[in-house]
Parts: sequence; structure tokens; C-alpha cells
Amino acid sequence: MTLEINSQSLVPPPVRAGDFRPAIEWAARRAEPLAIALFAVAVGLAIFSVFIAAIGKSPLQLFQLMYAGGFGSWFSIQNALSRAAPLLLTALCVALPARLGLTVIGAEGAVVLGGLAGAAIALPFVGLVPPLLLWIIMGIAAMVIGGIWIGLSGFLRHYRGVNETIASLLFAYIAIALMNQLIEGPLRDPASLNKPSTTPIPAEYMLGKIPGMDVHWGFAVGVVACIISYIVIEWTTSGFAARIAGGNMRAAQIQGLPVGRLIVGFTALAGAFAGLAGMIEVAAVQGSANGSLAAGYGYTGILVAFLARHNPLAIIPVAILLGGIDASGGLIQRRMALPDATVLVLQGTLFIAVLFSETLYGRFKIFNPDLWKQPDASKGTA
Amino acid sequence: MDGTDIGLWGIPLAIIAGAIRVSTPFIFVSLGEMITERSGRINLGLEGTLVFGAMAAYGTAVMTGSPWLGVLAAMLAGSLFGLLHGFICKFPRVNDIAIGIAMMQFGLGLAFFLGKPFIQPSAPKLPSIPFGGWSSYPQVQAALNINVLFILGIALAFALSWALRNTRMGLILRVVGDSSDAARAMGLNPDTIRLLATAVGGALAAVGGAYLSLFYPGSWNEGISSGQGLMAVALVIFARWNPVGCLLASLLFGGAGALGPALQSVGVTEGYYLFYAAPYVLTLIIMIATSSPTRSLAGAPGALSLTK
Repeated sequence: MTLEINSQSLVPPPVRAGDFRPAIEWAARRAEPLAIALFAVAVGLAIFSVFIAAIGKSPLQLFQLMYAGGFGSWFSIQNALSRAAPLLLTALCVALPARLGLTVIGAEGAVVLGGLAGAAIALPFVGLVPPLLLWIIMGIAAMVIGGIWIGLSGFLRHYRGVNETIASLLFAYIAIALMNQLIEGPLRDPASLNKPSTTPIPAEYMLGKIPGMDVHWGFAVGVVACIISYIVIEWTTSGFAARIAGGNMRAAQIQGLPVGRLIVGFTALAGAFAGLAGMIEVAAVQGSANGSLAAGYGYTGILVAFLARHNPLAIIPVAILLGGIDASGGLIQRRMALPDATVLVLQGTLFIAVLFSETLYGRFKIFNPDLWKQPDASKGTA
Repeated sequence: MDGTDIGLWGIPLAIIAGAIRVSTPFIFVSLGEMITERSGRINLGLEGTLVFGAMAAYGTAVMTGSPWLGVLAAMLAGSLFGLLHGFICKFPRVNDIAIGIAMMQFGLGLAFFLGKPFIQPSAPKLPSIPFGGWSSYPQVQAALNINVLFILGIALAFALSWALRNTRMGLILRVVGDSSDAARAMGLNPDTIRLLATAVGGALAAVGGAYLSLFYPGSWNEGISSGQGLMAVALVIFARWNPVGCLLASLLFGGAGALGPALQSVGVTEGYYLFYAAPYVLTLIIMIATSSPTRSLAGAPGALSLTK
């Protein structure tokens, strides 16, 4: 084997039957993100345990309750899936631009306006069209407005050089002010007294449950959106071009790739998904657009996207995990007399641990087959 | 007109009063962010630091009875958050913008968690100086009832402006912010200086939080900050990384934020919520007007990831 090293360090050895080396190399490369992410989550949980122990509560009991509340029974799993639905879509709003090297953090704005647009456009059609058509109309309206909202950040980034992180954040605040203005004024249902809302959608037009489950269709929509995003990024030419641009924007421009159109297109698609999250929140949960739309799904989506390393398929399990943690919040609160912010502390700790773990990539020889073929000869220590 | 009704004069007066009252946290948090960004790093987590500072200040003031000890506690907590952010960002391939978002969530979570017992009790307030004593109008008196921290903030802005230009520390900060390589050539360790700059930035942001909980609005609850910490990043860009610019931008933001309530006080309620968006729209317009796709922003530190 040592003889092969010098002659074949550039050319991969031919694959023969019974030679497991390519498979092992493939697995090693694939194992790196999973192993490091799991390690980071474990470290985050350990730090969080120390915190919980420091305030005199049992971390073990907390994790047991978290499991019971999030995944311990069919009931709690369904709860976790329901809560994961908006996170799937808002995480996509972060992950898609991230593949182009853009940090968009204003998904909340698209959620709010998407929900508002969905609720507003539904009312004139209620009674005229069947529910399915109404949902499609609502979904399109939400996706268009969400797409415009986040797409604008991408547009400003490329054509005006405005930082997209700050712009999307400003747009989010503007969106919330717009919603408050509209649900207080022209779109307000006079019957909503303490909590200003739009006129509710009748019960027969609410988005129903997936058959056999207590989970609304929003979850299925979110999963489909993740799969579509994965296909777009990994299998289409535009996705390939976007990944090149994300790796090196200059190189992509020199190659003649339509970087501007890619940026606007991907940010708009991202915003469309976040808008859809708002529409689903209205059509499946709230029944009307109100202040609850700005519940922080956009911000939790950032965490989900980073945990999933901006991989749309990885978003699915991560969103379910975070949905489960979220679902168990109430149980933890009641049983252990902990504040509701416990979940927020846990999320923050996990988030920091996972981002910190970025520095570990490429440091372990076991995950890097390129280093196997060239043992430490270059460093002089064989 | 009787002795207390000042008619339409109430609008500019309310805007000035609002600018003075609302801008103080903006001044501190933007000066803090300015120092951090001048060192070539960005801290998006100041929102969390600000809210945690508000909680720490309020809790300490409740327990010790001294609002100034509260401010001190906030500074200590803020510098710890800054140190944590600075430490993590030292490592290769760690994205400082993303870490900032994570630190924000962590700071907010921790503040809400530890601050739960302090929502009910009331803390002693920070003192203010009644500059409006000469006037017989209560509106004028209220508007000119100026908190000591506001004055300290103004002094700090001018002091920082001088220090950046004329002191060794200022030079070191500018060199590190413009080029890590140039700093290393001078025998400076960029990581250490950025760590310290982030810690100082966090401490200042926390003072802004202390003002929120100990003076205006003067209570501790989970909704105490409406994005002041996040807006600091936009403010600093707006102010072109210039301390006096930060001061002026903060006053402008405070004034813009006070526009809605001021109009409402004279009976204009149309578009009330839209006025809440005024500072954000203003920042956005200025960023669009002054950015360019081909060159980096004038005055931007060369090593800053945000403007590269």
C-alpha cells in the first residue's frame, strides 16, 4: 500500500469489486458534519446542564421531561411536528440565501406580511370558491409578498451594495409596523376587541389535519418545500451556479454567471417560503392575522438553518428537534417551576456551541480521506 | 391659551423631549458597537447584552437600593458577554455575524430567565437634573428633565472622538480595524485588541440597557427593548463609524421614534403605527442612498466583515 502512495496520490485508485475503500472514504466525508454537529449539541447540552444544576434544579429531570414532552408519546410527537411546520419554512428563508453567501436574518418580516396578505385576500373569496382553491390563492399571495420582501434585500445587496443582514432586519421591523397599522386600521375586524385582528376565516376554510394525524397540512407543505429546495440547490443548473457564487462571488462573475439574477431569485424564493409560513400560521392555527404572527419563528428559523448547516434536507430533522424542544416548554415550566425562557436559554446555548464547532471542520484526520493518502510525509513525520 | 396648553408647539417640544429621552440607550449602544466595529469585528448580539444589562441593573438596584451599583453590575455583565463573543470569534472559520445572532438569543433567554423575579418589585431610579426649572410650562419642565446618563453619553462621544484621533489606544484600535496584517507588523495582537474592544462595546451597550430599566421607561419586563441593540449596527453604519456621528444619529433616531407619540398627543392618530417604523425607514433610505455596489463605504474599517 505504501508503494501506491506516490504514484497514485493524484489519480484515485480504480474501484475493484470487494474494495471498500471508496465507500469508506465517502462515509468518512459524510460523517464529518454529522459527528461534529452531534458533538456540538452534546457540548451545548452539557453546558446547559451545568447552568440548570447551578440554579439548583435537576438537569436529568429536565431532559427526561423534554423527551416526554417532545417525543415521548404519539401525542407529543404530533405536537412537535406541528410546531416544526413554520420552522421548516423560515429555516429555508435563511438557508437558501446562505448558499449564496448571504446572511439574511429578516424572515420574521416575510412571515408577518405573508400571513397578513393571506388573511386579507381570503376574505372576498370566502363562500365563492372551494377551500382548496382558497388556500392556493392565499398561498400565492403570501409567497408573492414574502418573496418581494426578502427579494428586495437581495436586490439591494447586489445592485446597491447594501448589507443584506441589516437591510432584511430593517425590513422585518417595517413589516411588523405595517401589520400593526393595517390590523388596527383598514383590515381590523370590529369584533376583535383586545387583540386587534383581521376578520377570521370561517372554520370550514381552515387548513385541516393530515389524515390519521393531529398535525396540520403545514408540516407536509414544509417538508415538500425542503425537498424542492434540496433538488433546486443540488440538482439544477441554477443551484449549481448559486453554490459557485456562494463559494466565490468574484469567480462566478468572471465565469459570466448571472449573479444578480441568482441573488434576487434565491432571496425571493427564500422569502416566498417564509411568507408561506405566515399564511399557514393564519390558515391552520390562528384563523386571522394578528400580533401573534410575530412570534419569533423567523429568529428560531435562523438557528434551525445554522444547525442544519444550510442543507435543506437536514433542516427537516433539526426543525422537528427544535419543535419538540419548543413543545416540551410548557411541561418543563409546570413540572419544574422554571421560567418559560428556559427553552430560549437552551436554544441560545446550542446555537453558540454549534457555531463554535465550525472551527473544528477539517481538523480531524479521520474525516479527511485526502490526508490518508498522503501520510505525514509533507510534515516530515512519517 | 391658559398656563398649561401650548398648542401645536407641543409637537416639536415632544419630539425634542423624545429625542433626549429615547436616544440615551441608542447613544451608549451605538458607541459600544462603534468601538467594536472599529476594531474590525461586528457584534450583532448587543440586543441581548442590552436587555441583559437592563435586567442586571434592575435586579442589582432592587437588591442593593443603589441605581449606580445597578449600572456597574450591568457594565460587568455586558463586558462578560463581550468577552465571550470576542473569545469565540477568535477561532478560525467562526462567523462573527452568526455568533452575534446566537449571543443575542442567549442573552435574551438568560435575561428573561434570571429576570423573572424582578418584574414585580420596583427599583430606585437614576437621578436626573431638572434643567427646565425656569419654565412655568410642565411640558417644558418634563422635556428638560435630563438624566445624568444622557450627559455622560454626550461627553463620552466627544471623548472617544478625541481619543481615537489623539491617543495611542485610538491609533492601535484604528490600525487593528483597518488591517490585521499591519497590526501584526507593528507587534500588536489583533485578537487580543478585538477581544478588549468587544468587551468595552458590551459594557457600553449594557449601560444603555441600565438606562432603559432604571430611568425610561423605568421598569423591567421582557419587552423592554424594541430592537435598540440591533438598530445600533445600522446606526453605526449611518454614523460612518464616527463617535460624534453616533451621537447625532442617536438623537435623530430618538426624535424619529418620538414622532408618532408626539403627533398622537395633539390628536393626530392617523398612521400611528407607521411612525414606529420611521427610524427603520430612515436608516434604510440612508443606507440605500449612501451605499454603492462597487466601493466600500467611506470610513469603514478595512477588516470589517460587514462591508467587505
